[in-house]
Amino acid sequence: MARAGARITQENDRGHASDFKPSISPRHWLDRVFTGVVFVATLVGLVVLAVLLVDVFKDGLPKVNWQFITGYPSQIVPETAGIYPALLGSLWLLGLTALFSVPLGIGAAVYLEEYSADNWLTRVIEINIANLAGVPSIIYGLLGLGIFVSVLGSLTGGESVLSGALTLSLLILPVIIVATRESLKSIPSAVREGGIALGATRWEVIRGHLLPMALPGALTGTILALSRAIGETAPLIVVGAAVYLNYAPEGPRSDYMAIPIQIFTWIEQPQDVFKTLAAAGIVVLMVVLLLTNSVAILTRNRYQRRG
Amino acid sequence: MAVEVGRKGRPEAGDWRRNSRARHLRERAVKVALAACAYLSVLTTFGIVAVLLFETLDFFKEVSLLKFLTGTEWSASFQGQAEYGILPLVCGTLLTTAIAILVALPLGLSAAIYLSEYASARLRRWLKPALEVLAGVPTVVYGYFALTLVTPFLKDTILPSLSVFNALSAGLVMGVMIIPTVASVSEDSIYAVPRTLREGAYALGATRREVATRIVVPAALSGIVAAFILGVSRAIGETMIVAIAAGAQPVLTLNPLSSVQTMTAYIVQVASGDTPRGTTTYQTIFAVGSTLFVMTLLLNIVSYWFVRHYREKY
Repeated sequence: MARAGARITQENDRGHASDFKPSISPRHWLDRVFTGVVFVATLVGLVVLAVLLVDVFKDGLPKVNWQFITGYPSQIVPETAGIYPALLGSLWLLGLTALFSVPLGIGAAVYLEEYSADNWLTRVIEINIANLAGVPSIIYGLLGLGIFVSVLGSLTGGESVLSGALTLSLLILPVIIVATRESLKSIPSAVREGGIALGATRWEVIRGHLLPMALPGALTGTILALSRAIGETAPLIVVGAAVYLNYAPEGPRSDYMAIPIQIFTWIEQPQDVFKTLAAAGIVVLMVVLLLTNSVAILTRNRYQRRG
Repeated sequence: MAVEVGRKGRPEAGDWRRNSRARHLRERAVKVALAACAYLSVLTTFGIVAVLLFETLDFFKEVSLLKFLTGTEWSASFQGQAEYGILPLVCGTLLTTAIAILVALPLGLSAAIYLSEYASARLRRWLKPALEVLAGVPTVVYGYFALTLVTPFLKDTILPSLSVFNALSAGLVMGVMIIPTVASVSEDSIYAVPRTLREGAYALGATRREVATRIVVPAALSGIVAAFILGVSRAIGETMIVAIAAGAQPVLTLNPLSSVQTMTAYIVQVASGDTPRGTTTYQTIFAVGSTLFVMTLLLNIVSYWFVRHYREKY
């Protein structure tokens, strides 16, 4: 405030009567130009997004058919190649990641918001979570490679869908924690005090009142985080997702492919036919993301109406 | 207190027959379980540091730290005459990052100014989520876009000397991806500038542009700098766009038209090949990963510190 204010005063001090430009029209003209510039700049990103989507759907959509969805990848006859193992792999990853990350994330958020004392240890955890959110995803891949694939390899099955899901869970935990905490924070403290006053214990208040109230926000954040996990490529490459399989995962310790990995593999091929396959794969991936995001919005609306 | 009532009260009210000791025990157990979830995040950080350190220390038994940090040759894949100087990878990373920031900072800041100073509440409700979608598109999709559309387009129109893999397209597309990050962090701080400051300036006869550029932006500068740093950190850690579109040639160059290799792209290249565990090549990805981790960590700390210490207090 002081800085901004000082600048104006300075200008006014300097301004002699002759400096003062009573004509406001050039300034208004400049104002309109500026308005136009920032508006166009705001739209640039959206235009790029539109071009991207149109381009991908134009290339990929004709290729997306039942054969593509249920077919297996093929190097020899790319014309009949499909995305089935990758699609199933991504669904496995989604399910397992949700299974691990949702209870852990919500649990951590509840602890930080409702139980922890305001001391240095809590602050360490908070700063730590903020930092984890800024760690590049490929570093999580290295973590997964070192821990889940190597050290715990005998439990997880090494380069298995379980290792991949555990890695993705750690990656999205900070997002889930932050979303759930925000949601808990917005609940008025009268709810807690009322519950305690009626003789409920802390956990009873949390389970019976706070969690149901926080659910819409927490779920939305969680599903957005999960959709980010589905789109992740780099950490999965590092923890050893397969680039070619002719079967879908058979269990948590099985080998697996994932849609983004399949897309990447196709992009890396020099022939044009694989580029079309990549575009078709992207269409499938975007549809999956769209579905998960709609689920997020629908759940939120449903719970909000009920509350 | 509540428990006392339960214990002494007559058990006529059926609801009140709860065993207080069991309740206490459950309460304690729940708290411990929830705390364990929270501490897992600390464990994750320890895990990252431990894994990176463990393999990196092994790597530095083979290669000297000085050579690693100052060497200008990187040719890890060729066994026997391998050179491990990280500078070409760092250079490639900084080049793509600089291009991305040149795109993301002006566009993101403009979007933040437009959304908070100009847009009507209704438009804002539509524009903001639409911009957020940019951050939600998977990066492999951006990579495809950069490689198959942006590069050919630039090559055909203005830059015939562009190579198939180049830092420019990757950087430009990465910049678009980072716009929402820059926009939302700057917008938060622009929003925090009190109305009275704006109204004071309007009362003195300032136009909207003058208020935006001379009052609001300077007052929100700490947040804007934080947004810039956060954007840089995102760009440094971004992987798939550069792995797909920027190429795989670790060369020390600042020419955006040529093929480069970033640190992240190198990790992807080695990880997608069959590299046996325990070899020096396998360890290089952890050494490069450590460098990347330290760089982003420092940037995140600086950004955090900036917001806290240079925030204008109203």
